[in-house]
Amino acid sequence: MQDLINALGAAIRLLVSFDPVLWGIIGVSMRMSLTALAISSIVGIPLGVWMGLRPRRPRWLTALLYTGMGVPPVVLGLLVYVFLSRSGVVGSLNLEWIPLLFTVEAMIIAQTLRAFPMVVALTLSSVLAVDAAVRLQVRALGATEFQLGVAVLREARSGVVVAMVGGFAALISEVGAVMLVGGNVAGQTRVLTTAIVLETGQGNFDRALALGFVVLVLAFAGNLLLARLQTSSHG
Amino acid sequence: MAEPMYALSGVLKRYGHKTAVLVERLDICRGEVLALVGPSGAGKSTLLRLLNFLEPPTSGHVDFDGARFDAETPMALAQRRRVTTVFQRPALLRMSVRDNVAYGLRLRGEAGAGSRAADALRQVGLQDLARSGAATLSGGEAQRVALARALAIAPEVLLLDEPTANLDPANVRLIEAAVLEHRRARGCACVWVTHNLAQARRVADRVALMLEGQLVEVAPAAEFFSAPKDPRTAAFVGGEMVW
Ligand SMILES: Nc1ncnc2c1ncn2[C@@H]1O[C@H](COP(=O)(O)OP(=O)(O)O)[C@@H](O)[C@H]1O
Ligand SMILES: [Mg+2]
Repeated sequence: MQDLINALGAAIRLLVSFDPVLWGIIGVSMRMSLTALAISSIVGIPLGVWMGLRPRRPRWLTALLYTGMGVPPVVLGLLVYVFLSRSGVVGSLNLEWIPLLFTVEAMIIAQTLRAFPMVVALTLSSVLAVDAAVRLQVRALGATEFQLGVAVLREARSGVVVAMVGGFAALISEVGAVMLVGGNVAGQTRVLTTAIVLETGQGNFDRALALGFVVLVLAFAGNLLLARLQTSSHG
Repeated sequence: MAEPMYALSGVLKRYGHKTAVLVERLDICRGEVLALVGPSGAGKSTLLRLLNFLEPPTSGHVDFDGARFDAETPMALAQRRRVTTVFQRPALLRMSVRDNVAYGLRLRGEAGAGSRAADALRQVGLQDLARSGAATLSGGEAQRVALARALAIAPEVLLLDEPTANLDPANVRLIEAAVLEHRRARGCACVWVTHNLAQARRVADRVALMLEGQLVEVAPAAEFFSAPKDPRTAAFVGGEMVW
């Protein structure tokens, strides 16, 4: 117990002294998670709304979505690894815009694949939960299909925010896939979770705990934001 | 009477094998209030959805001011926007009362949405609630806001689907007065579905009785109530029809 308290003290000291290594790791984690979440949301939210407004949803698309959500992230990581490695299908093309393995961009690809089905599926279910009477009313007021999509998304917004915050929490706490495609390179692709694994393995519990503490704070901040957004909306 | 705005011809609407509406002929004129009465399940709401171009007919066509709506041809946005519906449940959006009322104008990208919404709220006597959240309203207030939202866009045709079915008498009178005043000022046509024959008497120029998807009788209000031609109308008006 004393160990834990000491370590927590050390953790807070590292944080408030702006330890460059620790803050570098936080920066990479945030950049990876937020970019992957942004890409997933920009494509996934409109797709979820569109699917929710189809009179007949293609079954294969829904099935694909739930399969995507069910794949263990480390398997997604493995797929990305195989595709990007220089002997792999895509990597062997050596095209300039295809990211190399062991880069933040490679991690972003794996993480986007992880978050995308989640964002689409949760957007879809929030949109389906909007009262059909509201949809009919919005059309009766003269909305175009696009305006209807915007209105339904607005009505479903708390569910969509849950999807995004949940997606962020999943991304920031992902280990396996990130380890595989990122390689945990110090100062480059090391993120909070892979650093925890490393520091713990080396017996540096104070640093490991400091990192764990940051993960908790970020998750808490995400949920705080969520709670705020949910209470500030009319309805 | 004024020139017809709607001309329905051979309009059939089926859901699966169930025929919801079969209207051989119906004209609706500019500026008239047509009350649509009939038992539950008669097809009244389905007919209104057809008149608002929300669902296409299975066959037949609805002509609206020279434009045709049928199974193959959706109605153009510009025409659709001349018509709106107030439903039995207000279906307000999760925003303030004022934004709800301005919503139809904003969809149309029209200038002065805010002040026109304020005018519409005044028409239903709710100017003091402009800033409230829609979820905080009572049932009667919410329905008056829904009416204000429809009036704000100054529709040429206002469709009302039992808008006062669950309301107390004071709110019923307020809604009737606001609709009739708007009609007087703007000359819009109204098709008003109601369960309440006394209401049909108060508001309508003509009354139509619908049974099992078909129009049994369409007549000027006075005639409909005092000298119906169809025995089923007489039974309905006399309260002998169980529904
Ligand atoms: N979307 C729908 N799908 C299937 N059946 C429907 C649908 N809408 C209406 N119906 C059926 O059409 C008939 C007429 O319904 P409706 O127009 O709601 O009647 P009313 O408004 O007069 O009570 C009913 O039998 C109803 O079950
Ligand atoms: Mg009905």
